[in-house]
Amino acid sequence: MSAKEEILSRIRSALSDAPVAEETPREYRTSSQMPEEELIELLVDRLIDYKAGVEVINSAQIPEFVAAKLKDANSVVYPHGLEQRWLSELPTGITQIPDAPGARLSVAQLDATSAVVTSSQVSIAESGTIILDGEPNQGRRAISLVPDHHLCIVPVSSIVRLLPEAMVRLTITRPLTWISGPSATSDIELERVEGVHGPRTLDVLLVRGL
Amino acid sequence: MTQVFLGMPAPGHGNLFEEEPFPQAAHRELGNTQMRKNLRHATHTIRDKRLKVVGELPDWEQLRDAGAAIKNNAMANLEELLLQFEKNFIARGGIVHWARDASEANKIVTQLVKDTGSTEVVKVKSMATQEIGLNEHLETEGISAFETDLAELIVQLGHDKPSHILVPAIHKNRTQVRDIFLQEMPEVDPNLTDDPSKLADAARTHLRKKFLAAKVAISGANFALADTGTLGVVESEGNGRMCLTLPETLITVMGIEKVLPQWEDLEVFMQLLPRSSTGERMNPYTSLWTGASADDGPRNVHIVLLDNGRTRALSDRFGRTALNCIRCSACMNVCPVYERTGGHAYGSTYPGPIGAILSPLMTGIEAEDNGSLPYASSLCGACYDACPVKINIPEILVHLRGEDVDTKRETHKIPTQMDLLMKGGSWALGKGKNIGLLEKALPLGRLMAGKDKKIKKLPGIAAGWTQSRDIPAPPNKSFRDWWSDQKESK
Repeated sequence: MSAKEEILSRIRSALSDAPVAEETPREYRTSSQMPEEELIELLVDRLIDYKAGVEVINSAQIPEFVAAKLKDANSVVYPHGLEQRWLSELPTGITQIPDAPGARLSVAQLDATSAVVTSSQVSIAESGTIILDGEPNQGRRAISLVPDHHLCIVPVSSIVRLLPEAMVRLTITRPLTWISGPSATSDIELERVEGVHGPRTLDVLLVRGL
Repeated sequence: MTQVFLGMPAPGHGNLFEEEPFPQAAHRELGNTQMRKNLRHATHTIRDKRLKVVGELPDWEQLRDAGAAIKNNAMANLEELLLQFEKNFIARGGIVHWARDASEANKIVTQLVKDTGSTEVVKVKSMATQEIGLNEHLETEGISAFETDLAELIVQLGHDKPSHILVPAIHKNRTQVRDIFLQEMPEVDPNLTDDPSKLADAARTHLRKKFLAAKVAISGANFALADTGTLGVVESEGNGRMCLTLPETLITVMGIEKVLPQWEDLEVFMQLLPRSSTGERMNPYTSLWTGASADDGPRNVHIVLLDNGRTRALSDRFGRTALNCIRCSACMNVCPVYERTGGHAYGSTYPGPIGAILSPLMTGIEAEDNGSLPYASSLCGACYDACPVKINIPEILVHLRGEDVDTKRETHKIPTQMDLLMKGGSWALGKGKNIGLLEKALPLGRLMAGKDKKIKKLPGIAAGWTQSRDIPAPPNKSFRDWWSDQKESK
């Protein structure tokens, strides 16, 4: 008997009393009504609590704010599908490196890059969570991981209040990364400190009209 | 020796055993006052945080109800869900392996690592690999496993054992962590302070090169989604993302009970788990992957589905809900026993209230000293209140105590003192007349108590009661006698 057959047979034998589980009650909140301004306020509050940097801006201000946030960077990696306009005001001294299919950056190249700019798919205001799903404007998981500074663009139209509201906007089989603040740990005396292996700086631009 | 029949639930092996009776282990651990201080500080910090973020959600109880029901459904349909998960995981380019027990899982993982030609692996914190003793096994096969979670790193560098499922180094305070780093990290700044952010920074530097060069990673999984073949890892530091994203080969070891019926179920557990475990609204990072993606992450993706006693637990109809556990650790953080004895006293990889039921359910109550674990509780019920999937831990503890007594009765032909006491108790408490008769002997107790009116030592197994407390001398007569005297004198 193969291990698989044997484990399945054990399961059948363990459940020989044929337990019937009750239907799952889903009485928790799955939808909400919250005005846009309150959604923004809630998400900002959560992100600040996680020690992320947050700015609420309009679409036209993106190039200016991207440049301001990355002024100390030497080089910036971006996914090939990112709007080029967003990087248009970066000082010429900052190298801009695209990560594109067929021209992928190596881990060592990413490690030598100081920052990364990505967009995002959906954000959950109540828990302060930004979800990246690998779309061309968000890129491979490695690019938003290895550089020490992540600048993330969150369109205001992509903010929902509740986690269940975010789930319906996701394709679960894509490689997903849920980000709630910069890298952190609670491993010493259960007190949270920010900055371990992931990007130690997370800056978020919440953009109206995008 | 338990006889094992093919296809019948079999006991688990590996790090699931209490090697001495719990009271003995607890007694020793209680002597470590530094550890008790550290634990008190840490568990109280997390309790307050958990209560605050749980209180924010108006639908917390509805989420708990949903979480419990989803898990009950998953267990009732486990075979079907595992097959569905396997099909979807393979369809997405993943490879599925099945392991009956710890040693089979260790062998599979070793072979997979050897096939890559690598002699080093990076690891994401995983309870399943701790349970099967994977690191130790790989070591004997000439493969070095590097733990990358900060707390696991502290434990590994300190040549220590984990004492908590979420924060394995909870028994160490910041100064002790600093000392371990100074001793075990050759490159570390000798002026390292015990500031937690400086310590986290030291860990980052120490592991950075390992992450960037790693060819093989080993992980656990918090969830497996049957209807999509998706796996998920919930973490904080980014070490998980490093391991799940950068290497060419990813090997995940996961207990068969981790499968969830449908992807929507994630919306329940991703609300329950972070708030219950670290007391955060959401953990910093969650990674979800479905098989191997062409252009993003590891090309070779394996999963080892592990039984190791889980079917044994599943066969206990009164105890099987213990398998609903999502390893959040809320139960140990609120447990008055755990707070004082620490996790090492439980022997097994799974300490605290959930460990006191899970370990004996997986191994059998008669294995080693696991029969003593269900008594490691005052049955106060704080664990049940805190459990995000509503596992009725006190009820299962009582059920397992009964099983322990029954097992011992079978092996002892002669009735034990406890049997006699219980028989006597059932006679005495069965009828008012009987207890009345016994109460006539109260003056005898006064005689025993002597001048200072305290009974300091009881005989036989009752001596346990007087080991750390005195019994005040009984009154001259019982309430029953006093009452009938009152009636007569009227």
